[in-house]
Amino acid sequence: MTEVAHSQFDLGTGGDPADVLVKARGLKKHFPVRKGLLKRQVGTLQAVDGVDLDVFRGETVGLVGESGCGKSTLGRTLLRLLEPTAGELEFDGVDLLRLGGRDLKTMRQHMQIVFQDSVGSLDPRMKVKDLVGEGLQIHGVDRKQREALVLETLERVGLSAESAERYPHMFSGGQRQRIGLARALVLRPKFIVADEPVSALDVSIQSQVLNLLVELKQEFNLTYLFVAHDLAVVGYISDRIAVMYLGKVVELATSDDLFARPLHPYTQALLSANPEPIPGRKHQRIVLRGDVPSPIDPPSGCRFRTRCPIAQPICAEVEPLLEDHGQSHGAACHFAGTKIPETPSVIG
Amino acid sequence: MSEYRKAELLRVENLSTWFDTPKGVLRAVDGIDFSIPQGGTLAVVGESGSGKSVTALSVMRLVERPGRIHPSSHIWFEGRDLAQLGEKELARIRGNEISMIFQEPMTSLNPVFTVGNQIEEAVRLHQGLNRRDARERAIEMMRLVGIPSAERRVKDYPHPLSGGMRQRALIAMALSSDPKLLIADEPTTALDVTVQAQILELMKELRERLGMAILLITHDLGVVAEMVDEVAVMYGGRIVERGPVSEIFASPQHPYTEALLDSIPLLGMRYAQPLKAIRGVVPSPLDWPAGCRFAPRCDYTFDKCIANDPPLLPVPPQESACWLCENGRRVPRTAEVVA
Repeated sequence: MTEVAHSQFDLGTGGDPADVLVKARGLKKHFPVRKGLLKRQVGTLQAVDGVDLDVFRGETVGLVGESGCGKSTLGRTLLRLLEPTAGELEFDGVDLLRLGGRDLKTMRQHMQIVFQDSVGSLDPRMKVKDLVGEGLQIHGVDRKQREALVLETLERVGLSAESAERYPHMFSGGQRQRIGLARALVLRPKFIVADEPVSALDVSIQSQVLNLLVELKQEFNLTYLFVAHDLAVVGYISDRIAVMYLGKVVELATSDDLFARPLHPYTQALLSANPEPIPGRKHQRIVLRGDVPSPIDPPSGCRFRTRCPIAQPICAEVEPLLEDHGQSHGAACHFAGTKIPETPSVIG
Repeated sequence: MSEYRKAELLRVENLSTWFDTPKGVLRAVDGIDFSIPQGGTLAVVGESGSGKSVTALSVMRLVERPGRIHPSSHIWFEGRDLAQLGEKELARIRGNEISMIFQEPMTSLNPVFTVGNQIEEAVRLHQGLNRRDARERAIEMMRLVGIPSAERRVKDYPHPLSGGMRQRALIAMALSSDPKLLIADEPTTALDVTVQAQILELMKELRERLGMAILLITHDLGVVAEMVDEVAVMYGGRIVERGPVSEIFASPQHPYTEALLDSIPLLGMRYAQPLKAIRGVVPSPLDWPAGCRFAPRCDYTFDKCIANDPPLLPVPPQESACWLCENGRRVPRTAEVVA
């Protein structure tokens, strides 16, 4: 496997390097693909394949892409919930990959994760107060203090004190997501990875949870990595957005700049495909051919080239790096900025 | 009630689908009316528990025990009342004159038969073609829905196909009988956005080419805006607003429709501007409120809403089940904000 060359592009918004909370360089997470009786390794799934990313204190970075692009894996690897295959990873100025045992546990207090249905994957026989207080218990907070913190946090996410004594199945989807948030928040973390936190919710409930996330961020000085497939939702909550495709970040910019001038053909297609609730807005759109190729055997050169409407021979040979196109707007495309024509017909 | 009218393909009258549960009668769909003209499109949009999917299943008469369609319901399809037809006659209409596609294409395909076999089966069953003609027709349908190298793919099993290809195969199967009505229940919800775009464009093109009517069931107002001209908004087993999509999206007359539209972040909207949130949750279908079912969550509730259930009131070109519309159109709050 060839080493990915590092781009020279300034990953931040030109901010002070001391303000970087999470720093990843050349981060990779590969999974072995095993087959047969002897479980021999027959390949490698390159879920995350060389990502450079800085998350600044107090900002929300959105991670957007389709299924299998590696966005959830990246989120988990940044917290070292998954062990990186290669690369460097820093949290709050500390080399996260060198930490072990007790130090890592202490650090985990500051970095939490919220899932699509955090509570649904937990023990259904535990009461809400125990679910929310579990982290505090692990970190050695005594019962009395625990109870006070749990109740305070539940109230802050909009749940009554009575809900502490109930079981998770007694709650609706939106309320369960509040419990999941309380569980993360109770440790007063610095950084929260929110992995598709509103994807399973109805729109009227989704907006409640989004508003809550925004309020909590301000109140508790949080930094978010917001992972989702819905571009409008990601754009709403994020200061900057990283667009992922097959294990790589293909475009990185502020939300406003990304929507105003999407440079990568994939980003343009994503934006064009997003169904907007505005009648008559779109008559034609960019329709990509085919599906996302397998991350086990990604295309050579640019990974998007097999679906790209403007691919050239060079795209198969040279992998484009994330390069700055002004205002810290990075795009990994040899022809970044070329406007993609709309697709007249999908039937051949 | 009224007789079947010409040019109308489907007319649903007072449809009620109830489920008998140990806790009581669950009124999932509770007295709704709508119609679709020949070659027309209608979207039924709503959130979980609104009754939209049960509506689709009811039209196909696919509701199983403990569910039952109330005897006062009528489902007129080309002069026949599907609500009253026997199983034998229904079998001739289902998959033939009315086809249906679902959200999860994998569970709708049989994993032990090839895609070709399954389309052929549909064709042979409904059109009485022989084996060779059925194979020809299957390949032709697969080409029509944009499955590349159809001659080869016809021998594939569903498993190695991607979600988008499976949904195409299902559409091929559904359309192979040249149906007059296609019911699509959340056809793109399980798909990635770029694949969703492919399927939506495909459905639009096929509609133009084949002239079938579409009843689209979805939770996604974006899909509604792109796919159809007419929409019925469901809440609590009822239609609360219906009419032309452009009017309803521009000037919603029911507070629920208004709140729903305001709660979606549009591309380019930022967190500095809080989203509209509808407080509380949908009430239990076992025990709907006596008055307006949206009243407990509505910003405009007044005495009448608690006591009386509003019918659909005319506010041309749409209809809205809200007491605020008793004297014609109301000025929605969104308009004030903009001004």
